[in-house]
Amino acid sequence: MESITFGLFFLGAIFFAYRAIVSKRILSATIYLACISALVSAVLYRLGAAEVAVMELSVVAGLVNVLLVYAVSVVGDDAFDPPSVVPKPLAFVIVGLIVVLLGWTAFPAVSVYFERGSTTLAVALWQSRVLDVWIQIALIFSGVMGVLGLLSEKTPGKTEEFQP
Amino acid sequence: MTFTPMNIVLLGVIALLGVGFYGLLVTRNLIKVVMVLQILIKGAITALVLAGKLSGNLGLGQSTAATVIVADTIVAVVGLALAVQVRRRFGTLDVPKISTLRG
Repeated sequence: MESITFGLFFLGAIFFAYRAIVSKRILSATIYLACISALVSAVLYRLGAAEVAVMELSVVAGLVNVLLVYAVSVVGDDAFDPPSVVPKPLAFVIVGLIVVLLGWTAFPAVSVYFERGSTTLAVALWQSRVLDVWIQIALIFSGVMGVLGLLSEKTPGKTEEFQP
Repeated sequence: MTFTPMNIVLLGVIALLGVGFYGLLVTRNLIKVVMVLQILIKGAITALVLAGKLSGNLGLGQSTAATVIVADTIVAVVGLALAVQVRRRFGTLDVPKISTLRG
């Protein structure tokens, strides 16, 4: 039963992912992306990672999608979709090769169970990986500063226009 | 190969990564590139949680997945801000057209 549930969730996620890629309109692709996030959150919750599922749903499905809609509203939903530089048959072959290699290396690892002692998320995050938490905080601040700089209307100093 | 729940999840992760790689190869719109990166990262997050569950250390898997979510969000935000600026300056979001490197 659980296999069927996981299978259905992933089938939905893969379908929405493909639709998001081939969709002509960016706004439609954004909605598909939110659907993928919701389905991946459900998978994470079923795997027992409730905290990460909440983060995925709130941050990625919420914040990132709002930002995407904002970006679409600024640039306009003209969403041209020019033909790919890479021929599609070649892309399929490359992706098939990557998928086969991933499966070949990853599937033997599933059958290997090794116990290392269970730790809770709080212990892992705030004790074992506390340096990573500080780096994440610094990353968030630098990201906010970077976005403020990038979205500012006036650029100081050189204001040369691009000549194609 | 038996279709245990963990095998199904791994299959789904590999398929999600495959679709993401395909999207990276065929997409030329800058905003859609950011979206495709999001799809790839979702596969990576699920793989991290799955690895944590298989190793009996779900907390560690969750904490690394949380780190990836934070980094991914910053990448998406900065990428979208760059896309907005590129559109204002170059008038297009087509990645090959905005490449000014020659020679």
